[in-house]
Amino acid sequence: MKTVAIGQPTTSGQLARRKPRLSPRQREELFAYLCISPWLINFVVFVAFAMIASLGISLFRTNLLNRTAYVGLENYREMLTNDKLFWKSLVNTAYYSFAMVPLGTAVALIIAMILNQDIKGQSFWRMVYYLPSIVSGVAVALLWAWLYHPDYGLINSLLDQMGVFRYIPRIKWIFAEATAIPSLIIMGIWGTGGAMLIFLAGLQSVPTALYEAATIDGANAWRRFWAVTLPMLTPTIFFSIIMRIIGSFQVFTLSYIMTDGGPNNATLTMVLYLYRKGFQQFKFGYSSALAWALFFVILALTLLVIRSSEMWVFYEGELKR
Amino acid sequence: MSIALRKFRTQPLKYVGRFCLYLILMAGAISFALPFIWMVRTSIMPPWQVYTVPPEWIPEYIEWKNWATPWQMFPSVQGIPAFGRFFINTAVLAVLSVTGTVLSTSIAAYAFARLRFRGRGALFLLLLSTMMLPFQVTLIPTYLLYSRFPVWKPWIDTLKPLVVPHFLSASAYNVFLLRQFMMTIPLEYDEAARIDGASLFGIYRRIIMPLSAPALGVIAIQHFTWAWGDFMGPLIYLKKYEHYTLSIGLRLFQSSLETATEALMAATIMSMIPTLILFFVAQRYFIQGIVITGVKG
Repeated sequence: MKTVAIGQPTTSGQLARRKPRLSPRQREELFAYLCISPWLINFVVFVAFAMIASLGISLFRTNLLNRTAYVGLENYREMLTNDKLFWKSLVNTAYYSFAMVPLGTAVALIIAMILNQDIKGQSFWRMVYYLPSIVSGVAVALLWAWLYHPDYGLINSLLDQMGVFRYIPRIKWIFAEATAIPSLIIMGIWGTGGAMLIFLAGLQSVPTALYEAATIDGANAWRRFWAVTLPMLTPTIFFSIIMRIIGSFQVFTLSYIMTDGGPNNATLTMVLYLYRKGFQQFKFGYSSALAWALFFVILALTLLVIRSSEMWVFYEGELKR
Repeated sequence: MSIALRKFRTQPLKYVGRFCLYLILMAGAISFALPFIWMVRTSIMPPWQVYTVPPEWIPEYIEWKNWATPWQMFPSVQGIPAFGRFFINTAVLAVLSVTGTVLSTSIAAYAFARLRFRGRGALFLLLLSTMMLPFQVTLIPTYLLYSRFPVWKPWIDTLKPLVVPHFLSASAYNVFLLRQFMMTIPLEYDEAARIDGASLFGIYRRIIMPLSAPALGVIAIQHFTWAWGDFMGPLIYLKKYEHYTLSIGLRLFQSSLETATEALMAATIMSMIPTLILFFVAQRYFIQGIVITGVKG
């Protein structure tokens, strides 16, 4: 084919055209990649390196200073077959998480619904419920460690004054195996200010037209909640559940500062365990292996929830394939 | 008065319900706020009254000196008391961090929510999975990276490791949140804008972003709260004393004010105030009163 200047007829007699522009679909794709390019850059340059490095470290036995030996999957084998503390930490963490996810989400949702109504001093109430999230984890842990003290703590002092301990044995909160994790769960619920905020935002996005239509059709408040609010909130609930799973499985500061895994390893969480192995016993290889085991547990649970979400999550603006 | 009474008589349940609501709200609020009430009363108390058992809630007299102590600690930096310097550093860090986050996570979320591209599902899963590895194991590799990157002037001891990743939407949490929120916006809005000739970026700017205002408000508040109180990050990456942020400063106070809990509580409360102000302002502005009436037909 002879090359011809644009506008001049070619050998076949037709006008030569420029190369066709990108189709709308291609433009969309290009723009999309542009949008996520900052995140991709960050991932490739900063995040991926660290993740792969830690995966690599998990195949070694090392203290990162002088002794390093390649052991392959030995760390994982020992973790799964020989290490009772690993399984204990897994059970503890799962216990904490499986309680926190439904309880935390429900409480945050309920508070958000209450605070979404027209009440005097709405802003003030919201701030009060958000306050716990503002305090740093360390301060929270110290505060609650004092609150939970069986003899001098505020909670037991109040219960004493109410005479509760005449009927039930004195609760030892974080100092007794049975009540240790429930105590942490209570603390976790106290800190649901952030989730409440998210639900507040989610509630704002429910179109009032739906409520009006429901009322016209004769729905009472309860029915409106089930038929309008809850379905429209499912994207937010989905977010909340997944973030709670990811977050609660990585609980660390609470158990580290308040109980240091005690009593008798009742509050030994997975991250606390890997922290000990790494930063206290300097077994960084094993520590990384523990972290990746945790990673896979969280990943599995998250995938489960994502899979199930096709059945119960409704997006108003979902893209059709 | 008689109107109110009549209303009460005809709809007693509604008013009783309201009353119960207030009661529950108060009870919850008191339990949520209790530790703070304790902090406030400790900060204005004379030292000997702080740890009495059973705890007393009204101080014998108000010890305002507790609030002055944090400002006198540590040598001043360029004429500003150390505590003030920490405030400024933290403010700069938090504002930059929030700005970067809002800009970069919203555009990334827009892509995941509204645009079709190959690998969207897989990349989204990758995004989520970056949150699943505990930061303790990526701590050391990441630190090593920043101590050598870029080669000509590493980022250690600057605010850069704490700020730049947020301009690159490092916060998967926020991207996820915004994506969920953007997916609740009906597609009809986009189509209407399309018909009016808007580009993809135009849709983002004129339709999606304004309608996402509640979620953006949430992100601003939450990220500011986190950045303001972040301890690990500044601890690891900041070396010089003049660069320290409030969270490190409070920790310094804690170790030198061992028995002076009252002054520590005063310092802590002071450091919480900007966040509270932001919360109050932002939630009023963003979250209240945004009513989406939906699309006709």
